[in-house]
Amino acid sequence: MNYEVVIGLEIHLELQTISKLFCGCSTAFDREPNTNCCPVCLGLPGSLPVFNKRAIELAVIAALALNSEVQRGSRFDRKNYFYPDLPKAYQVSQYDRPLARGGYLEFEADSGVRRVGLERVHLEEEAGKLQHAGNSIYQAEYSLVDYNRAGIPLLEIVTAPQIHSGREARAFLENLRLTMLYAGVSDCKMEEGSLRCDANISLRPPGSDRFGTKAEVKNMNSFRSVEMALDYEVGRQAKLLDAGSIVVQETCHWDEVNKRTISLRDKEESSDYRYFPEPDLMPLQLNNSFIEKLAEKMPELPRQRLQRLLEQYGLDKEAAVLLTANPGLSNLFEETAGIYGRYKDLANWIQGDLLYQLREQGKEPVEINPNQLAELLKLLDEGVINRPVAKELLSEMVQRGLSPKKLVEDRGLTMISGPQKLVPLVEQVIADNPEAVESYQKGKKKVIGFLLGKVMDLTGGRADPGEINRILKDKLKD
Amino acid sequence: MGIDFNREVDRVARLARLSLDPDEKKHMADQLSDILETARRIQELDTSGIEPTSHVINIPVAMREDEVKPSLPLSKVLQNAPRRENDYVKVPRVTPPASNEEGK
Repeated sequence: MNYEVVIGLEIHLELQTISKLFCGCSTAFDREPNTNCCPVCLGLPGSLPVFNKRAIELAVIAALALNSEVQRGSRFDRKNYFYPDLPKAYQVSQYDRPLARGGYLEFEADSGVRRVGLERVHLEEEAGKLQHAGNSIYQAEYSLVDYNRAGIPLLEIVTAPQIHSGREARAFLENLRLTMLYAGVSDCKMEEGSLRCDANISLRPPGSDRFGTKAEVKNMNSFRSVEMALDYEVGRQAKLLDAGSIVVQETCHWDEVNKRTISLRDKEESSDYRYFPEPDLMPLQLNNSFIEKLAEKMPELPRQRLQRLLEQYGLDKEAAVLLTANPGLSNLFEETAGIYGRYKDLANWIQGDLLYQLREQGKEPVEINPNQLAELLKLLDEGVINRPVAKELLSEMVQRGLSPKKLVEDRGLTMISGPQKLVPLVEQVIADNPEAVESYQKGKKKVIGFLLGKVMDLTGGRADPGEINRILKDKLKD
Repeated sequence: MGIDFNREVDRVARLARLSLDPDEKKHMADQLSDILETARRIQELDTSGIEPTSHVINIPVAMREDEVKPSLPLSKVLQNAPRRENDYVKVPRVTPPASNEEGK
């Protein structure tokens, strides 16, 4: 039977501050375990939390970028549960008065522009990190806890149940990540856990106005696994419903190795978090000028940049989408476009050979000097070098940051062109290869490639093959 | 009010991972009953026109700049940990086993 799939996502983002939400401990990712901890983030008696102003600013910027309505008054609450990743046995979070309500994210989907609504955006503290001994969470006999992460500012974004497939969930997430990257609020690295996603998923007969029983899926560690896990859940739940059985409300883990979801036994009364207002923190009051100042400084967001790349530079959609999806590349494009006017050529080089070289050599776009890139393309345009030489220089430019102009001068890579230089070389090759010339003249026209190669060799690869070809054909007629 | 205080104490104790003997339970049930009775009497007051509040003083929330301050030395961080392994706090496994090892 056909079902309508209903998915809502809950996304957690670590905000890009250098110190934690309530104390001055560092948020650095790669420190020795338990070295970024203090009485506040360990929840030692007598310690008091003090808000990190930057964390509040970043949370507001994120909410504004998501069109969510920032509340002038919001409150922090204690969410009580026992799990060893929480040193205090509660998490400071927000419950009934979140930082921002509503909102939406718009993005380019297969079917055109898609808008997914949001329920809320709120700020909370990150938990510590557990390492489970043994191969999996199920086999572990004990766990090891590192509290370095505990207390890092964490943003929670909850979508409306408006997503209808694993593919769409993935597209939403990728675009949410991009928006948050552009807004500069988080580095959004799923592999390091600074962007995480849980999903609620249920099925119902098409047209039904009641939701089916949902399952919550956790532990999806990549965009790909979000799509796979949700597709798997759709299949699992559909099979149950087809068989006249019911879906049990439960939490499952995505098992990346076996590509399936595994049910975790229902935590006893796990939903009873006994929220109550955090007595150590005053309610958060944000005045209009605080919010307006941040709104004024809002960086350009992906949809605006896409529009600009299309209109200002006349790029085709494919190139514009690719550049938008990679902020580093589009920054490089724009900086170079300021000094090099052939925008489409520039975009082609950037998304083609340059991107390839960056990946090949493990470099970032920001390491590329726009002046050098422009220099290289001008040398090519002016006929000083040919394409193969340009590609070679690009590689060295990426690898060692060397100026293409200087490389050309130092190595004598200037293109050899014009009949004056090329005709003698062509004549030499014709003289040296009588057999090839004979077969060409007997009709084996393909032989010209061989001769062309010989002339190119003599120029050290620095001539335009088209020009040699013309001269060769001309000479072979005689 | 129809609340079974003994059951309520059992529930809260379970959530708080507290084990109480029968005397303690009785003691807690009596206290809980008194506390809720007090709350009931407060609820009789007419609070229409009064802003709901979670704090008794009305001062702006304190903020600090985003600056890193020294953390505690590792020896202090782990001082109260009942068990440790290397530089980690060692805890019993908490996640319950899968309800169906075969998956579903």
